[in-house]
Amino acid sequence: MEQKFITLFKEAIDSENDQISMDTRFRELDEWDSLAALSIIAMLDEEYDIIIDGNKFQKLETLSEILNYISENK
Amino acid sequence: MNKEYNPFSLEGKTILVTGASSGIGKSIAIECSKMKAKLCVIGRDIVRLNETLSELEGEGHRALQFDINENEKIKSFISELPELNGVVHAAGIIKRLPLKFISKEDFNEILDTNLVSASQVTRELHKQKKLKTGSSIVFISSIASDFASIGNIMYMASKGAVNSFSKGIAFEFAKSNIRSNVIQPGMVVTNLTKVINDKEIEEDIKRYPLGRYGTTQEIAYAAIYLLSDASAWVTGSKIVVDGGITLR
Repeated sequence: MEQKFITLFKEAIDSENDQISMDTRFRELDEWDSLAALSIIAMLDEEYDIIIDGNKFQKLETLSEILNYISENK
Repeated sequence: MNKEYNPFSLEGKTILVTGASSGIGKSIAIECSKMKAKLCVIGRDIVRLNETLSELEGEGHRALQFDINENEKIKSFISELPELNGVVHAAGIIKRLPLKFISKEDFNEILDTNLVSASQVTRELHKQKKLKTGSSIVFISSIASDFASIGNIMYMASKGAVNSFSKGIAFEFAKSNIRSNVIQPGMVVTNLTKVINDKEIEEDIKRYPLGRYGTTQEIAYAAIYLLSDASAWVTGSKIVVDGGITLR
């Protein structure tokens, strides 16, 4: 579950960064920008059927928090 | 003086507005009614459409629930309309996705509502001779047709197509003395704005030379000009109403 999420996360933002883990604060990544944010929101919709609005997404900081959001809103 | 001088009056004109249950379409209907037009307002949501109807000034307006994407029903729907002096195509949707997440279905949905359905409504109005000579057609486009923002590809493409479509029919309908023009708003506060988060909106507002987003009324005033006889010699044009954002 976690490994799959990390893979999808990296694919969505076009990153090959091996350091990305569940604890990564993704907003601090060099590759993070508004296109990356939109890509993650789109990935959540496509892969997990989760629609998250911009304001809620803004509050999430780590990959774990995104995955928690997914399980809580499934 | 019998009458007050007002080259922008819409008195005696019947105007059709699509997408009138909210946002820019609703505002255009309300402001046109204040200029004494008779309105036919169209929208998908009858509850909100009736709210629009209740806010119109004067008598004789009609609210008609209709989804312009229901292509097979357009013909019979249009046949029930009165003769018109103006049409405002304000029905529109937005969906922000990076290209790699855009499916054909996503793209078709945006193009259908923002371009193809408006074209079919216009076609039927023309075929059924509902547009009187001197009529004015107004499309609510966007500055997005010329200026990129992240994830806005489908909306941008649809509005670029609307601009070209308007020019095409302006040329084709000129001999019938029917005009077609486009309004290109900058960011206006409507429900469509809510797809972006508050922090990004704050940052974005700072980029506007006039220091704020527009209001729906400020777009409606441009529509009044284009619907009135004051613009009788204006066709195929695009009016930018954007707080100066495209100066950058």
